[in-house]
Amino acid sequence: MEAGRRSVSGWTVANVVVVLYAMVPVLWIASLSFKDPSTFSDGSFIPRKWTLGNYAGIFTNADFVRGLVNSIGIGLISTFVAIVFGTMAAYAVARLAFPGKRLLIGVSLLIAMFPQISLVSPLFQIERALGLFNTWAGLILPYITFALPLTIYTLSAFFREIPWELEKAAKMDGATPFQAFWQVIVPLAAPGMVTTAILAFIFCWNDFLFAISLTSSDAARTAPATISFFTGSTQFEDPTGSISAAAVVITIPIVIFVLFFQRRIVAGLTSGAVKG
Amino acid sequence: MNGAASRGARADGAAAKAKGRALTEGQRAERRLGLWLCAPAAIVMVVVTGWPIAYSVLLSLQRYDLRFPEDKAWIGLSNYATVLTSEVWWTAFWVTLLITVVSVAIELVLGMLLAFAMYRAIVGRGLIRTVVLIPYGIVTVAAAYGWKYAWTPGTGWLAGLLPEGSAPLTERGPAIAIIILAEVWKTTPFMALLLMAGMAVVPEELLRAASVDGASLWQRFTRVTLPLMKPAILVALLFRTLDAFRIFDNIYVLTNGSQGTGSVSISAYHNLIGGLNLGIGSTMSVLILVTVAIIAVIFILGFGTAAPGSER
Repeated sequence: MEAGRRSVSGWTVANVVVVLYAMVPVLWIASLSFKDPSTFSDGSFIPRKWTLGNYAGIFTNADFVRGLVNSIGIGLISTFVAIVFGTMAAYAVARLAFPGKRLLIGVSLLIAMFPQISLVSPLFQIERALGLFNTWAGLILPYITFALPLTIYTLSAFFREIPWELEKAAKMDGATPFQAFWQVIVPLAAPGMVTTAILAFIFCWNDFLFAISLTSSDAARTAPATISFFTGSTQFEDPTGSISAAAVVITIPIVIFVLFFQRRIVAGLTSGAVKG
Repeated sequence: MNGAASRGARADGAAAKAKGRALTEGQRAERRLGLWLCAPAAIVMVVVTGWPIAYSVLLSLQRYDLRFPEDKAWIGLSNYATVLTSEVWWTAFWVTLLITVVSVAIELVLGMLLAFAMYRAIVGRGLIRTVVLIPYGIVTVAAAYGWKYAWTPGTGWLAGLLPEGSAPLTERGPAIAIIILAEVWKTTPFMALLLMAGMAVVPEELLRAASVDGASLWQRFTRVTLPLMKPAILVALLFRTLDAFRIFDNIYVLTNGSQGTGSVSISAYHNLIGGLNLGIGSTMSVLILVTVAIIAVIFILGFGTAAPGSER
């Protein structure tokens, strides 16, 4: 009993350590974002002079707002296409016998580990020649490519877990093939697809290298890239406040995903790795 | 003798043909469907990576500087000679290797502890998993600014802990240490999740049996858990090593490669976007690709049959 309580308190301490480890760097930038520029250097974790001015500043900055729109649009389109193509391929990998299956898995694994910088110089040149440079499509293409291995892996792991006999059972009970698919298989597959979509979106949302290399103006530059251009070159004298506020803003969607889908994200991240 | 061999071959051929015929219409339809379903994904992946790789090999064999396009010429391997004899490249290479090895080593230890905490936690399991996912999910650039300000005298809470007047990001050693710290912070959760998945395959009864036989916690870990987790550990190490080797975002924000803290990705980027030197930039890209391939092969040889993707 005593030992049990001690181990519970031991784990509580461990939990607190983990929470501090994970949260402190994020909280610091959040704290900076609420500080009045005159108090940036007071070194205090809790702002002494609260202000929303930094947020007001970035949301009146056309470049940043445009960057957010680009990030959301490019992220959603890339995720959607990657999920559609990925679902088709993952279904085939999980359910069908066909030649070239291992080749497909091998190629996706290679791409998952591919150093993105190696694509930057040729893509820069190719996209300029094709007129894709500094357009949404120019970023969507590499994003789909790098999101696909992740979607194929994660989804095929999820699909292997689905009890497909239910489909046959439903048909025997008189359901049409479409009903069997729509009312039996889709509800079973949907959670895995949502998880995978979140992981793919996080990947696109996070990208920085392609975003700064394959864009040259706010036509397609995504929010993380826009932030890196705050430094010095804009009307902001001291970019600390704007950068902090912008960093918090682009972190919010991730925090929301994590809060709502924590269990799913863990399942998604680990499923592909264990079942290969 | 010859006849026997050819008869044997013919028999093999007949068997193969019979096997081909043995594919029912249903199986053939399944094959077709499988290929059709995979085609879009496969085509996108191959076109968007294969074509640029081939093109970057071609670019790496040319003198091609966008500032002097009229100087463009085929120069064979001399870009490789230029890069491989340049001090800048080797500095970046060793810095990248150092960051990779140190951060992956720290992550393995921390990740293992974190995985245990998540796996064994009795209270607050949901909370701890949620919190751990935040570093994983957060935009690297946003987190990197957090670290940058934290270590900058004036705006920082960590810089305040150091002796007056020290600016760690402007000195090489401390700057590399901070880059490693930012990298470890961001990616340990991913390592921990992969390791935790590996822990789940260790049968509980086995640990209990070892415990009954008098094995200590440490012995149970090293003799039972670790050997069974080996495949998961290798997968996690492979993913993280290759990921760490392409480090870019953290360095770009923290130091932008000044004071000899640039990685190979940073060097290639500066040559391309800053210097507009496509030839040298592409040569570096190809060399990075080759290095990554070598690392992957070393790991996969270590995997043996546990390689991801192999049928188990």
